[in-house]
Amino acid sequence: MSKNTVTVENLTHHYGTRCALDNLSLTISRGEIFCLLGPNGSGKTTLFKILSTLMPLTSGSANILGFDLRIQAKAIRKLMGVVFQQPALDIKLTVRENLRHHGHLYGLNGKNLRCRISELLEKFGLDNRANDLVEKLSGGLQRRVEIAKAMLHSPYVLLLDEPSSGLDVGVRRQLNDYLKLLVETENILILLTTHLMDEADECTRVGILDSGKLVALGTPKELKTQIGGDVVLIECNNSETLSTALVSKFDVTPVLVEDRLCIECQNAHEFVRDVVAAFPDEIQAVRFGKPTLEDVFIKLTGNPFE
Amino acid sequence: MVNVLLPVSTIWWREIVRFYRQRSRLFSAIAQPFVFWILIGSGLSASFKPSSISEQTGYIEYFYPGIVVLVLLFTAIFATISVVNERREGFLQGVLVAPVARWGIVLGQALGGTTLALLQGALLLFLAPLIGIRFGITSLVLTLGVMTLLAFGLTNLGLLIAWRMDSTQGFHAIMNLILIPIWLLSGAFFPSAEAPSWLAWIMKLNPLTYGLAALRRSLYFGTTTVTGDIPAWDFSLLIVTLFSILTYLGATFTATAKT
Repeated sequence: MSKNTVTVENLTHHYGTRCALDNLSLTISRGEIFCLLGPNGSGKTTLFKILSTLMPLTSGSANILGFDLRIQAKAIRKLMGVVFQQPALDIKLTVRENLRHHGHLYGLNGKNLRCRISELLEKFGLDNRANDLVEKLSGGLQRRVEIAKAMLHSPYVLLLDEPSSGLDVGVRRQLNDYLKLLVETENILILLTTHLMDEADECTRVGILDSGKLVALGTPKELKTQIGGDVVLIECNNSETLSTALVSKFDVTPVLVEDRLCIECQNAHEFVRDVVAAFPDEIQAVRFGKPTLEDVFIKLTGNPFE
Repeated sequence: MVNVLLPVSTIWWREIVRFYRQRSRLFSAIAQPFVFWILIGSGLSASFKPSSISEQTGYIEYFYPGIVVLVLLFTAIFATISVVNERREGFLQGVLVAPVARWGIVLGQALGGTTLALLQGALLLFLAPLIGIRFGITSLVLTLGVMTLLAFGLTNLGLLIAWRMDSTQGFHAIMNLILIPIWLLSGAFFPSAEAPSWLAWIMKLNPLTYGLAALRRSLYFGTTTVTGDIPAWDFSLLIVTLFSILTYLGATFTATAKT
């Protein structure tokens, strides 16, 4: 196994009889920001917990930078930084105290630790808040402290579970920029989970999870080109009759998602014009555009996302 | 060794700082047993005259070691209850993915709880002379020693429960069902000599009975005060020591099994 990859093979996990992860295989390399995209309950957090050594690996194998997760968890813990979905800072401690506590857990101490903390505080733009209690910080700043904390012991792998949950769009964008910078400057490997399409769009590669299965894997661009051309969404009064009518008249294959028709086609602007002209009374609303990761998910699973 | 002591001491340090910064916790942990002592002690002192206790020891004095143990118990409970939430969705998540052995995490937490319990217990010791308990330096050292062992054992008992629990409600249920009764049936509240024999047997099997006996004997060490029919000094110490060790091992085992 390579020293530069995280490899998961045939990973399966059950909660009682419910299957949370179904024969998952995956390889991620250093220098990548890999995103696991999936709706709630798709198995993202289960995989996250197994890889972060919080939950035992029951079936299959996982190798992290050359270490076997099953038997070398302690060595792996040293190489890995983890950011949890639920905040893992002590709000009654200051920013600096949180970082110092974390450093001590990883065996860092004294001058070394002090320098490393100052370095990170500066890098994450936290130096003027270093001595404030964490409870006084905004949600966005707290997230930043979490990431600084996870990076303190210079890990090679950074795991983040829904890092942008609870953050507004501006802060989310900032977070993405930080992560990109980290990957570029430190050549680390980032694995994050999300249910947000725009966040997944920013990553090097995306794996789409649905009910514990990896249904797609590739760069956001590759995934979107699976859909030929544009995507048209039609809201109408009676989707089934319209669907049949569209099939016979336009030679397309509409997919019914909830109560909307989802259609892939070339030259959507002409298609939309013709459809609206042909069924003026049926159609309530039409949206069309370049395919998004959501469209990819719908195409692959036949289900709406969420 | 430095490698192990650093995480243990940093976890210990955090427990102390947190406590200090949560003033309401500080206040309630001291005030509650004190209120219990004054109210219950005064209320019962007129009607409570067990034959196994000498006339010169009033109920307020009889109840005093029990209140010291209650302070230790309350502090231990409040110091450990946070584990329930922090383990699942808080600070401890980060500690659990760090390369620190579970026994080290538990040791740091247990020492933190012990320190807090001891500090508060020691505050109560200042009140002892007010009710006529006067101890010499030997007695004081012995008392602090017994309190340390007891505090360590009770904190570990709290941790053992907290690491197992999925909700703080569950912890409260256990507290009312187990922790408070073991205190009530330790001889803190009434001597076993007066109890019906089935209850006296339960009290004899309760490890905290020996903790209380050790505390009484250390408080009155070297004096002629009759402490009533309680377990012997050396046997009590042995049980208290075993209790501390076993609860620590139990808490470590639970923490390891749960993660």
